[in-house]
Amino acid sequence: MHALILAILIPFLAAAIIPFIHNRLKKLNLGWLVIVIPLLLFAFFVYQIPVISSGETVSAMLNWIPSYGINFIVYLDGLSLILALLITGMGSLVVLYSIYYLSSTDSLPHFYAYLLLFMGAMLGVVLSDNLLVLYVFWELTSISSFLLIAFWYHRKNSRYGAQKSLLITVFGGFGMLAGFLMLYAISGTFSIRELVASAGQYTDHALFYPALFLVLLGAFTKSAQFPFHIWLPDAMEAPTPVSAYLHSATMVKAGIYLVARFTPVFGGTSAWFWTVTLVGLITLFWGAFCAIRQTDLKALLAYSTVSQLGLIMSLFGLGSAALYFGDGEQGAFYGLATFAALFHLVNHSTFKGALFMVIGIVDHQVGTRDIRRLGGLIAVLPITFTFAVIGSFSMAGLPLFNGFLSKEMFFTASLRAANLPVFSADTWGWIIPVIAWTASVLTFVYCMILVFRTFLGPKQSKKPEKNIVEPPLGMLISPAILSLLIVGLFFVPNLLGDHLLKPALGAVLPNITDAAPHISAWHGFNTELLMTIGIIVFGSLLFATVRYWRKIYNYLPDGWTFNNLYNQILAKSEKNSGTITSAYMTGHLPHYFTYIFGFFILVTGGTLLLSGALSFDSSEDAPVTTYDFMLAIAMMVAAIAIPFAKSRLTATLLNGMLGYSIAIFFVLFRAPDLALTQLVIETVTTVLFLLCFYYLPDWKKEASPRGVKIRNAVIAIASGLTVTLIGLSVNSFDSFDSISSFYEDSYELAGGNNIVNSILGDFRAFDTMLESLVLFIAGLGVFTLIRLKAKKEEPNDEDQ
Amino acid sequence: MKINDVILKTVGKVGVLIIFTFGIYLFISGHHTPGGGFIGGLVLASAFVLLFLTHDSETVSEAIPIDFKKLSAIGVLLATISGLGPVFFGQPFLSQTFGYFELPIFGKTELATVMIFEAGIALTVIGVVVNIIFSISEDE
Repeated sequence: MHALILAILIPFLAAAIIPFIHNRLKKLNLGWLVIVIPLLLFAFFVYQIPVISSGETVSAMLNWIPSYGINFIVYLDGLSLILALLITGMGSLVVLYSIYYLSSTDSLPHFYAYLLLFMGAMLGVVLSDNLLVLYVFWELTSISSFLLIAFWYHRKNSRYGAQKSLLITVFGGFGMLAGFLMLYAISGTFSIRELVASAGQYTDHALFYPALFLVLLGAFTKSAQFPFHIWLPDAMEAPTPVSAYLHSATMVKAGIYLVARFTPVFGGTSAWFWTVTLVGLITLFWGAFCAIRQTDLKALLAYSTVSQLGLIMSLFGLGSAALYFGDGEQGAFYGLATFAALFHLVNHSTFKGALFMVIGIVDHQVGTRDIRRLGGLIAVLPITFTFAVIGSFSMAGLPLFNGFLSKEMFFTASLRAANLPVFSADTWGWIIPVIAWTASVLTFVYCMILVFRTFLGPKQSKKPEKNIVEPPLGMLISPAILSLLIVGLFFVPNLLGDHLLKPALGAVLPNITDAAPHISAWHGFNTELLMTIGIIVFGSLLFATVRYWRKIYNYLPDGWTFNNLYNQILAKSEKNSGTITSAYMTGHLPHYFTYIFGFFILVTGGTLLLSGALSFDSSEDAPVTTYDFMLAIAMMVAAIAIPFAKSRLTATLLNGMLGYSIAIFFVLFRAPDLALTQLVIETVTTVLFLLCFYYLPDWKKEASPRGVKIRNAVIAIASGLTVTLIGLSVNSFDSFDSISSFYEDSYELAGGNNIVNSILGDFRAFDTMLESLVLFIAGLGVFTLIRLKAKKEEPNDEDQ
Repeated sequence: MKINDVILKTVGKVGVLIIFTFGIYLFISGHHTPGGGFIGGLVLASAFVLLFLTHDSETVSEAIPIDFKKLSAIGVLLATISGLGPVFFGQPFLSQTFGYFELPIFGKTELATVMIFEAGIALTVIGVVVNIIFSISEDE
């Protein structure tokens, strides 16, 4: 099997093994074993860098459902490689950090199993070439992040946050699935590579724009774009290592990845350009605006993540304009935005990861994340303070840190977009740099709040309960590595640019050959630099006066938030579905049968009549023998007699008579398998009935009113009639070719002379497998129903 | 209510043996003649049911210490995992193959991977059926 496929499978396998080995290691922290996996995978992907940067790609395939063109195809190009490196690299650092962060009372096996599950799912998302495989992994990230957010499930807020993230991201995921299916309907392929190769041919198709918006819906919900950003702050209830991993480096980047991946397919259209850009810009502004009012450090970081994701998103939107122009000077000119997006994607992971870990250290060592209760920590946590400064100054876009470089490129791109000659940008384009600049000022303010309110200023008068010291060395390693990267990338950005960003750019803008610029820290005395200086001046001013204008938030009506809307929808839908459910789930068996058979008659019988499939053709019927007649009459008599039976035993016997007669029919028609099955089933169910028989209440005739009786009779007769009509029509229906000829050579195909079993075990083995699963679940259901009932009846015995 | 069921017990013992043999025969012969995992499993399960009918459940569970819940779980796992095998040889999920081998006693014998799958089905059926009957009879 190809190493690339193994790379996805290894985390899943490891997650499956963890429950079996954790009991054997009492002393060793499980994290030391787990960390080997992301480190190995990281090394593997680093090893791929030379291959990818030379312009090649790697792919491998496993058959899944070849007949539908759905196969497990993995594909590594520049874009996937960046994400894969982030996932495994950040994964290693987060696991290392979590070894020191989590206490021994936490359930470590669960934690690491979920984390590995998540890692595998993320790798699957960024490496899949097949749309449906991508979707499966996509939802798997939702589920595994749900488990991680709810890791401390005894907290109400954790459960709330986990549910919220699951509902919103899965909602978007469904939309995305619909979009994928539309793409398949348009193009006839599930392969992303083939879609990209034939991009531009489908813009006139009626489904093109619906598909575009549905795919974007998936990306926006996953990447917490406005107005779906509300789940991200609540997801911060997860343990801090998880927040650092999921909500800075990986999961939220899945949406960004999706937008980047589909830029060649949908980009170059006005709809894509404006939707992605505007949603990104609004998110950038709103996230930064909300971050300032937060008093919880982690909530502040959550909103800043929302804001930064908006920035990256808008850059991908701006860059998509390059596809309109194609290869050439203008294409390269606007393609810079995409390059900046990829650059900021990497930078954001470094500084946000470091900041989350810093906040984790503060929380861990001080015991609170409330800004109002923090201050003066520089004296006791000098190393942590250094990391905090590096992280937040990079986020604010100040020189000497990598965030500065990508921020300057963001300004360049937004200024260029204002002069874009297409997409009516000459009318509205000016708002892009305006929003970009305003949001950046706000970003500067919250970055300063983060550093100065926490580490500088007066020490809080409240006596801390414990002596605050720097955390153990192991906890500092991960943020130290990230801080080194932040500074290192400022001084040698082109190492990253040439080897990773350039191939990734080639994946996002396949037709534009020369968009990758040489990154330089000093780019002349120009508008961009003026904007940065303006940010520092205005930002400092706003930061100094923040307590005066913070009141602005109080003017915003509280009830008009999207959060409130979400809660309302949730409460309403719970209430309504409760009302609807209790209307038909009456707990009265005859009602259920009425619904089931009524539905059956309406839908199946109705379809039969309306589609004109009703037909009788007795010319090819086999002759009916005397035996058949006798058996049929005996069965009819038995069936009619059941409702009039005087005792339960009689009814059971009559029912058994029906079953055994069917078995005889199977014998007559030479179907020994079926006859055997029917006989055994009939016997076992009869025994089962006899077991319960003794304990059933007395058999009494139901004294139902005449109307109900007539209604039941009508339903019964109509059901019987429907089945009979279907049987007769099927026999004389010849619109489709018979499939039985396929099974005639079952011996050559499956090596079995028994066709029935060849079908069950070979041709349609998937059905059989799932049926056995259904059987298993049903068995468990019966078991739990009976056992739980027994427990309820004698609760005292259990307590004692 | 205590009835003298010596005859039932004696006949049951012989019957169970016959049914077991028949069930295993059905299971093995399923590839070419009527039988297979589902029917074989059902027949084997009915042998267990007969045991439960003739003897009380405690005696049976002492004599045959099998957790039928686990048995059904193992069956489902076996059926699923047997499908994963071909994936490692580049074949679609659940592909089956067969071949002829010279075995010491049986001579030339056909071995098919579908047998593993069918065994999973059989175990599931036995586990579920016996488990249901067992829980209902124990409840009383």
